[in-house]
Amino acid sequence: MTPAGIAQIQPIATPEIEWFAVSPLLVLVGGALVLLTAAALARSRPPRGFYALFTVVTAALAVACSALLWQRVTDPARGPFTAIAGAVTIDGFSVFFAVTITAAIALGALLADDYLRREGLDGPELYVLMLLSGTGGVVMAMANDLIVVFLGLETLSIALYVMAGLHLRRLESQESAIKYFVLGSFSSAFLLYGIALVYGATGSTNFGDIAGFLAGNVLASNGLLLAGFALLLVGLGFKVAVVPFHVWTPDVYQGAPTPVTAFMASASKAAGFAALLRVFVSTFDVYRLDWRPLMWALAVLSLLVGSFLAIVQSDVKRMLAYSSISHAGFILVGAEAASDRGIAGALFYLLAYTFMVVGSFGVATLVAGRGDAEHGLSAYRGLSRRRPLLALAFTVLLLAQAGVPLTSGFLAKFYVIGAAVEADSYALALIATSPESPPSSTCASPSPCTWATRPREPERPPGRPCGYRPAPLWPWAWPWPSPSSWACSRRRSSTSPATPSPSC
Amino acid sequence: MNDLGFPLLSALIVVPVLGAVAVALVPRSNAALVRGVGAATTLVVAALSVWLLVAFDASDAGFQLGEKYTWIADFGIAWNLGVDGISLFLVVLTALLYPIAVIGVRPHHDPKPYLAWLLLLEAGCIGVFLSLDLFLFFVMFEIVLVPMYFLIGGWGYGERVYAALKFFLFTMAGSAFMLVGIVALAFLHQQATGELTFDLVTIAEAQGSIAQTTARWLFLAFAVAFAVKVPLFPLHTWLPDAHTQAPTAGSVILAGVMLKLGTYGFLRFGLYLFPEAAAYFAPFLVTLGVIGIIYGAVVAAMQRDLKRLVAYSSVAHLGFIVLGTFAFTTQGLQGGVIQMVNHGISTGALFLLVGMIYERRHTREIAELKGLQKAAPVLAGVFTVVMLSSIGLPGLNGFVGEFLILLGSFPTRRWWAVVATVGVILAAVYLLWAYQRVFHGAPDEANAGTPDMDRRERLVMAPLLAAIVFLGVYPKPVLERIEPAVDRLIAHVEASSDFSQPEVAATEGGR
Repeated sequence: MTPAGIAQIQPIATPEIEWFAVSPLLVLVGGALVLLTAAALARSRPPRGFYALFTVVTAALAVACSALLWQRVTDPARGPFTAIAGAVTIDGFSVFFAVTITAAIALGALLADDYLRREGLDGPELYVLMLLSGTGGVVMAMANDLIVVFLGLETLSIALYVMAGLHLRRLESQESAIKYFVLGSFSSAFLLYGIALVYGATGSTNFGDIAGFLAGNVLASNGLLLAGFALLLVGLGFKVAVVPFHVWTPDVYQGAPTPVTAFMASASKAAGFAALLRVFVSTFDVYRLDWRPLMWALAVLSLLVGSFLAIVQSDVKRMLAYSSISHAGFILVGAEAASDRGIAGALFYLLAYTFMVVGSFGVATLVAGRGDAEHGLSAYRGLSRRRPLLALAFTVLLLAQAGVPLTSGFLAKFYVIGAAVEADSYALALIATSPESPPSSTCASPSPCTWATRPREPERPPGRPCGYRPAPLWPWAWPWPSPSSWACSRRRSSTSPATPSPSC
Repeated sequence: MNDLGFPLLSALIVVPVLGAVAVALVPRSNAALVRGVGAATTLVVAALSVWLLVAFDASDAGFQLGEKYTWIADFGIAWNLGVDGISLFLVVLTALLYPIAVIGVRPHHDPKPYLAWLLLLEAGCIGVFLSLDLFLFFVMFEIVLVPMYFLIGGWGYGERVYAALKFFLFTMAGSAFMLVGIVALAFLHQQATGELTFDLVTIAEAQGSIAQTTARWLFLAFAVAFAVKVPLFPLHTWLPDAHTQAPTAGSVILAGVMLKLGTYGFLRFGLYLFPEAAAYFAPFLVTLGVIGIIYGAVVAAMQRDLKRLVAYSSVAHLGFIVLGTFAFTTQGLQGGVIQMVNHGISTGALFLLVGMIYERRHTREIAELKGLQKAAPVLAGVFTVVMLSSIGLPGLNGFVGEFLILLGSFPTRRWWAVVATVGVILAAVYLLWAYQRVFHGAPDEANAGTPDMDRRERLVMAPLLAAIVFLGVYPKPVLERIEPAVDRLIAHVEASSDFSQPEVAATEGGR
């Protein structure tokens, strides 16, 4: 099936390309190109929402192709396979990520439609870039070669750099693009150097060959390889935003246009983890004793730093950024287990996380209003009164992020913890669950805020004077604390119990 | 499916959820219909619980009316329900306390989300008591936090956000340990037997599949979660805040039902899953319980806020239950179980009464209340009976539980029992003293016009008073249903540890 044999006989032969294997990629790229060309040639503006619809349809087609691949992969007679001279591998893992990333594209496009029109930025560019960036992500997920990982990563990132700076009139957006670009290129360099070192140590960039080499040979001195591990971990760790490679995250997430942030947080993280899991858990499996402690440390740091810093944020986008860091830590817990159950847990976590994070940023998009400015917690005050369904959705999303039972977040957490416990990483499991409290407080804090205003703008029965307020009895108007100040708000609320209600 | 041909236990959980959905679908403007749907749901659940009481076979020590449906097959997780003598009365207590809390207390605003949250809370609480699957239990145990969090945060008093967050964080931090413990237990059981399951009975009956030291660690992981919920002495600080700031119905449910999740957890999961470890740690836990009895009582006596006083009295009462549970005697355990029910009734009633006083006087400061007896004689009378039940006066329900606990713990934990007896006296001190200050004397101007209980309030308190007297005079029907399950649990502990209960405590002497 693999044309590797042919390649050896004829040195300049191009590999046979199994178009079917890369059909999701082709659909995404094709869609992007068609959209770009059509939009450039069209004389009149297309009807409202056309670009978004086109993107969603493209994504749906890509999912359909993935479904066909899935059928083939799960068919016991045929099973997983590699294609294009072993450059890509099609198995359950890569198809799963293809679907996840494509879903993120569709959701991101849906969010972007309204946003772009509101901000006066309507045009095909964002959708095209999103499709291309998603293509890069799918390439990373399908990669069976370190070089292909790098290609995918660059495709993903370069499109994202542009997307982050798409809001031309917002200074933060420009700033975040530059920041992301500079740091991103820096981390790509790390990744590339890591690839070079691993190639130097093992003589191949192909995952299968590397794994085979490492299984069959004992390296007399493995310093080169270990340095390669470290650099790869830095490069990929940057992409998935784990501590200590996370510093860009809050700034970029805050500055980028919110739908782009949603896409970045879901697709880019999924793609990064696809590569990370593929490289470390399956390729460097033999060396797990060397990299597991590293992952352990990164996971613990991400969990703690992400959760604790999330609590003190007063900007919802920054808060979500930090909580996405702690989610990355959680996914690393699954990776650290280095078992099938761990990978399965991490995959489920990523899928659940994609929907949670896109949904949360979607709410942020809607709340922010024109100019993408209102991201302070104060903007969420009274949401339940103004837009009850939005508030309900936000509450559910945050509860899911906190991992409350009967949400996907809980099951995701459960699977990951299960994997960690099975791998005897009890300490890690405990650390992962105990900051469960900080993230939940993080996530819980805006949620009372959204409902809080019930007190602030109490339901006025008709006929009652507007000023009616049984103030001494039911102090509606307690200042609801922002997460940054919930500790001190206690003092404040006891001294000034009744803030004047602005609603009347 | 059970013998009834009707999934009664599932219905007890599903009906409140459906009720919550129905409440959520009623338009907000129609407040009367919202309340009607809410009250009707709780009454249906109460009726189902009475059916459960009738259908329950008193002579059967095992789990009855079991229902099991596969949920997550990959992990051996099932929707697995069952009821035995220990959980039966807690389910009935929950189901009967709910209509009282829902009908007896009107929310001050937004009845719709309030009732929806309350009904979801009911489903969660009943689910905890009925779950026989570790995963399902954890789901229920955690899910109750969410409605309670929103109830305290949205409808509470004063520093409700602080209280709600503290409550949420304390309990969630506790259950973090339990989650890891549950998962670890399931996987260790798998390593020993080859079967991955979260089924409580399967794991508990396979004693010896887990090493002794491991079991002790796992027990501690569970114990932390339960100790926060009970709450045991050093972990109790969330309780006074949460109770005081919660809306009245929230306090009733919190004290009446939710605190029992911890003590029930100790019985059902601590003792049953890890009998050897439970016996090993029993002196430690009993000590914490006794500290709670004395400390709770002393602190309660010092309170200026009537509601806070009742809240601290819960710490003391729950200490008794822990003492009875870890005495490992039939009488002690029986006393512990019946005391859970008693505490639910009497403390629930006390919170209702304090709520009524607050509605009238808009203060809970004991110093500002005076001579209410003159203005509101019926209120004072009801308060007297409930208070005496809480003190443990013979003839009322509180006495039965405390007496059995002391009787049962004396043979095995003599000095702890002796110290705990002081707690009974202290309970009389703080409650009678508070009663004196609030109800006795000549009312000043502010208190003189306090209206007495209206018809609805009397209707709500009547069943509670009836239960207080009935259980105090004739507890036999309850005790004889609890006993087989308790005996079985003790036998389970004796079979798997070197503990055996003294002859004297095993006989039926306590009635």
